[in-house]
Formats: sequence, C-alpha cells, structure tokens
Amino acid sequence: MSLHFTGEHEWIRVDGDVGTVGISSHAQEALGDIVFAEVPETGRSLNKGDEAAVVESVKAASDVYSPVAGEVIEGNPALAEDPALINRDPEGHGWFFKIRIADAAELDGLMDEAAYREWVKTL
Amino acid sequence: MAETIDTGELLTLPLDGWHRASGARMVPFAGYAMAVQYEGVMAEHNWTRTNAGLFDVSHMGQLTFHGESVDRALETLLPGELQLLKDGRLRYSMLLDDDGGILDDLMATRRGDHFYVVVNGATKHGDIEQFRRRLPQSIVLDHMKEQALLALQGPRAAEVLEELAPGASDLSFMQGAAFTVAGTPAWISRSGYTGEDGFEISVAATAVVGVADALVANDAVRPIGLGARDSLRLEAGLPLYGHDLDTHTTPVMADLQFAIGKRRRAEGGFAGDMRILAELANGAPQKRVGLSIEGRQPVREGALIIDAEGNEVGRITSGTFSPTLQRPIAMGYVATALAAPGTALKLEQRGKLFQASVAPMPFVPHRYHRKQGA
Repeated sequence: MSLHFTGEHEWIRVDGDVGTVGISSHAQEALGDIVFAEVPETGRSLNKGDEAAVVESVKAASDVYSPVAGEVIEGNPALAEDPALINRDPEGHGWFFKIRIADAAELDGLMDEAAYREWVKTL
Repeated sequence: MAETIDTGELLTLPLDGWHRASGARMVPFAGYAMAVQYEGVMAEHNWTRTNAGLFDVSHMGQLTFHGESVDRALETLLPGELQLLKDGRLRYSMLLDDDGGILDDLMATRRGDHFYVVVNGATKHGDIEQFRRRLPQSIVLDHMKEQALLALQGPRAAEVLEELAPGASDLSFMQGAAFTVAGTPAWISRSGYTGEDGFEISVAATAVVGVADALVANDAVRPIGLGARDSLRLEAGLPLYGHDLDTHTTPVMADLQFAIGKRRRAEGGFAGDMRILAELANGAPQKRVGLSIEGRQPVREGALIIDAEGNEVGRITSGTFSPTLQRPIAMGYVATALAAPGTALKLEQRGKLFQASVAPMPFVPHRYHRKQGA
C-alpha cells in the first residue's frame, strides 16, 4: 500500500493495481460543510486530470480530478446519503471512488505523504 | 480543488484584528478583507436561528442627508413613502436610475431633522456619486466613514442587547433610537438581514472592539461570517444586490412593490416612474421567484431556468443548500406567466438538468418583532 497526493489536494491510496481516491483533510477544511457529493459511475474511463467527481459545500462547488488514468471500479455509495462523511473522515471512509490504474508510472509524478503535508503548511 | 485568493490591495475594517483573533477565515468582499466564517457556515447559521449571531457589516455605507425638505428630495430617487415616515422609523427602499433600474437597495431612517441611510458596501461610492449629482445642492450628504456597523440577529438578540443597552428591547421592528451600549453612544435599530428578530448597531469605529467584546461576552452570542449571512438571507427570501438585483431589474420585477408607497403609486414623481407605474398596472415581463429543487445538489447563480417546452425562461441569481430545511433553495427571474407558486420548471447547471418548482418566499418564516398597532 502506498499513499500519494496531487497538487489539487486529492489523495490516492494504492493496493496492487487498484487506487482509492479522495480529498485531503486540508481540502475538506477549506471547503467547509459539505452538503453534496457526486461520484463517477462504475466502468467510466478516466484520464489523469479528468473531472471525476463533484463536491459542494454551502458556499461553492468544486471538481475532484482523477490523479491517474484508469477505469472506475466503484463509487462510494455512502456519500449520497451522508456527504458530511467527507468532513468527518476525509482520508478514510469519506473516499470518492476506486480506480483500476492504467499506468502505475503516473504515480511517480505525485507527492508522497510527507512532501504533501509539508507543502500544505506553506499555503 | 485548488483555490487561490488574492488578498493584496484590500482595505481593512475596524474589527479586522478582532476577527482574526476570533479564528475567522478572511476573504475579499466589496474591496475589504472580511470574515467569511469562524467555526463553519452550517454551525454559524444554526446558531443564529437558535441563539444570537454577531455580524460585522462595517463595510456598508452609512450616510446622512440634511437640508430643507430632505424627504421630498430623496423621494425623487427612492420610490418609498418618506414624507409620512415618522421620526425614528426606518423603511426599506431602492435607489433608482432614470429608467427605474435598481442602483442599490437600502434602509432609510428619519432621524430628527435628517435621514440616516445605510447602503451596500460594494455600491456605496457609486451611490454617493449618484446622490450628489442628482439631489439639489441644498441637500448635504455626509458619508460617516468613522462609524462601524454591527448586527445582532437571532431569537436571543433582544435579551442580550437589553443587558448592555437598557430599553433597546422596547424597539419594534423597523424602529430605531439612540442608546448607550457598553458605555458607547450608539444608534440602534430593530432590523436585519436574516429573517430573525434582531438589531443593527452603529457605533464609532474607535469603540467597536469594546462593543463586540461586550456582546460576545454573553454565551448566547457568537460571531457569524459572510457565508452564513448569505444562507440566512436566502432562506428569508431577501435579495442580495449585485446578484438578485441590478440595474436591469426594477422594483416590480424584483417583487419588491411593497416598498413603493400608496401615495407614490398614485403620484409618481420618482426616477423611472413611467415604467414602474406601467409595470404595476400591467405586470412586468419577468419576476423574481423562489425555487425549490429536487435532490440535494445546490443550483447556483448563473444556472438557466427552462420551461416544459425547453425554452430558456430565466436565470438563477442566488442558490445554496438551506441549512434549516436541509435541501437546496434558490431564487431567480422567470417570465411572469411562470411565476405562480407550484409551477414546474427545469434548471440547467454545467450540462445537468434539475427538476424545480416555484416556491413562495420566505423559505423559512420571518420572526420579526412586530408590535400590535406599531
């Protein structure tokens, strides 16, 4: 298992060729109270950087981008009923979708956890 | 997810340091660095609906107008009944352009020999220019730049303020008077922008930190940011200038004809009167309405409103997720034929369609403190 972050505040936790994607604790805090989340359909093919999911707070809507290319295996079914789960547990149960990673080399361009946490402190 | 905010070149308000010390997240608004939230929009919204919220609205323009027949002079630009407005009473009105378009919405109070007018922060400099250019030379406008403005809103606002400004809780809705609050001279009116009972408190900028501290010393009071201010006013069905109102809208289109006095309807004599009186008689082409939206996703400003045949019939001007109702609400303009409550419409946002229906406003009932016979 390895954990990677994007400069857009998504995380991807990798187990074999499957990645679980969500938004970071920093991102959920910046968004505030999350009232809606829309996850991608199973089977959807995503390129790296594609708009994969939508997350909305009381104030604003934001896109969640796919950190890597691949095919969506599953969207988190819990988010439709309880979008605040993303606020409560952003890097755990508040995940957005699972993706079968097309090219593991794309992970090399992402930040590791230590680098991301350090970078976020500078924002 | 990335979001960068340029906070350079922003003006600061008298409570700037107080907000930062209170844990506020600051954002640019109306040219100022302002508090958008403290503990979170949802918590602040709910706190205001159940206790008392303290809002810093010092960005708003506080103006006085002196001069002979100042009421008649202001009536040439505002469609409200000002001549019959009693001392210490305030009225919601609008500054109109010569075509009847809304340049700003405002609160006007008769205060002894003059009028005290509060206008929006983002529009205040333009308003002042309009007033100076279009009012007679005999009317003297003063921009009270040294005054700060606080709002205390919510069902516990009256009990809190009564302790610091004895007698304030005797005011009725849309009435104002001079008080001393926490040792500082203040003009207090029973008014606000949340739909709740509450007060607006004008004090010298040099004293506002002490007043804010005295208010939050009461456990019933918490500071509230712009985020919750917006969701509260939207639930209350109150329009926001620059979004729900602009120069392309008139008081009749905006469904604000309550602000046009009975005598004014008969006599006219205000900017844009020909058009506005015609709209009162025959209806305006478009009307501001509330919308209830199916599902959970908010539909926001800029979304298209579409009728059953697929024609674009208007646009959303404000939308959010209602913390009180736990569902999305919005307001927008539609062709007047489609403005009846219950009318089914579709909304289009980022290529996605939403089912909606026209809903009466306010979405959440007002709880103003109205006295019988007052």
